[in-house]
Amino acid sequence: MAADAETLTLSSDEVMGRAAAWRDAGKDVAIATVVNTWGSSPRPVGSQLAVSAAQEMIGSVSGGCIEGAVVAEAQEVIRSGAPRLLEFGVADEDAWAVGLACGGRVEVFVERLD
Amino acid sequence: MDRILIDRLAAARKEHRPVVVATDLASGEKSWIEGGSAAGPVRIDETALAAAHAAQRDDRSRTIETGDGRRLFLHVFNPPLRLLVVGAVHIAQSLAPIASIAGYAVTVIDPRGSFATSDRFPGVAMTDDWPDEALASLKPDARTAIVTLTHDPKLDDPALHSALRSDCFYIGSLGSRRTHASRVERLKQAGFDAAQIARIRGPIGLDIGASSPAEIALAIMGEITATLRRPPAKAA
Repeated sequence: MAADAETLTLSSDEVMGRAAAWRDAGKDVAIATVVNTWGSSPRPVGSQLAVSAAQEMIGSVSGGCIEGAVVAEAQEVIRSGAPRLLEFGVADEDAWAVGLACGGRVEVFVERLD
Repeated sequence: MDRILIDRLAAARKEHRPVVVATDLASGEKSWIEGGSAAGPVRIDETALAAAHAAQRDDRSRTIETGDGRRLFLHVFNPPLRLLVVGAVHIAQSLAPIASIAGYAVTVIDPRGSFATSDRFPGVAMTDDWPDEALASLKPDARTAIVTLTHDPKLDDPALHSALRSDCFYIGSLGSRRTHASRVERLKQAGFDAAQIARIRGPIGLDIGASSPAEIALAIMGEITATLRRPPAKAA
């Protein structure tokens, strides 16, 4: 899931504006925000990704390496309403683990838009 | 996150009001921090308030741990940086693109029609209003720098009066020490006190031996950057 250049440069107000428009159209929406980074990370703290229950997405929290996992967690957050704090580190040898190729570590907070 | 928060943030951005939203990373609850005080369910103590202020100044969101072990995400929503340049002079032709690259939205103000032309300032926002009227409509805020470059008191002084009444983070005025001394006298007579007048950087710019217009523009941009990024005590 590669994030294109336009998606990467979207500012928080553009991402949240779209999230609000989805919500106003009656869709369930979650917002993911990078709240901490260690080492090299593709997107700075404060970067946001909005996800709808229909798996639409706008914005980014990485260069595309963890978006898939965040979208999946976001569906759980939309269902339960309980926020989640996710941590992603460097990809390890477990082929199923999601990680950052750049070797950094990020914390992503996912919450439902009510 | 409450849907209404997005509308409040959009309104703050439109009105150029800097805001920090603090999120408790355990509960998801949020408090709104603006103008040195906090409102909302997340308790913000003095330390957290100071951290929010620092985050705002650095324009970098961050997660902090409070004294009682809570983790708070401080999300900075700063209005865009702006530079208002009074005087569409040679230095302004260098300063506008340098500031633009540094992330500032630049507006050049000059009521003298032959100066502020689009071929001298390609792609730069311009107004030919008188400086005091232009500043009244542009509403400088804490993310705005104001520079006067005309050497002409008829143009510079009204701009400085408006700048001194605003929250702008930087005021610089071109002119020699002698020019600046007479400017200070005029401002005193206009009713501004010494502390207010001390906000004006004059002679303008960092002391890097700048001589050409482009070098002077660099010195000005360096001083604006230092004022924006360094804690107040070290800015001079």
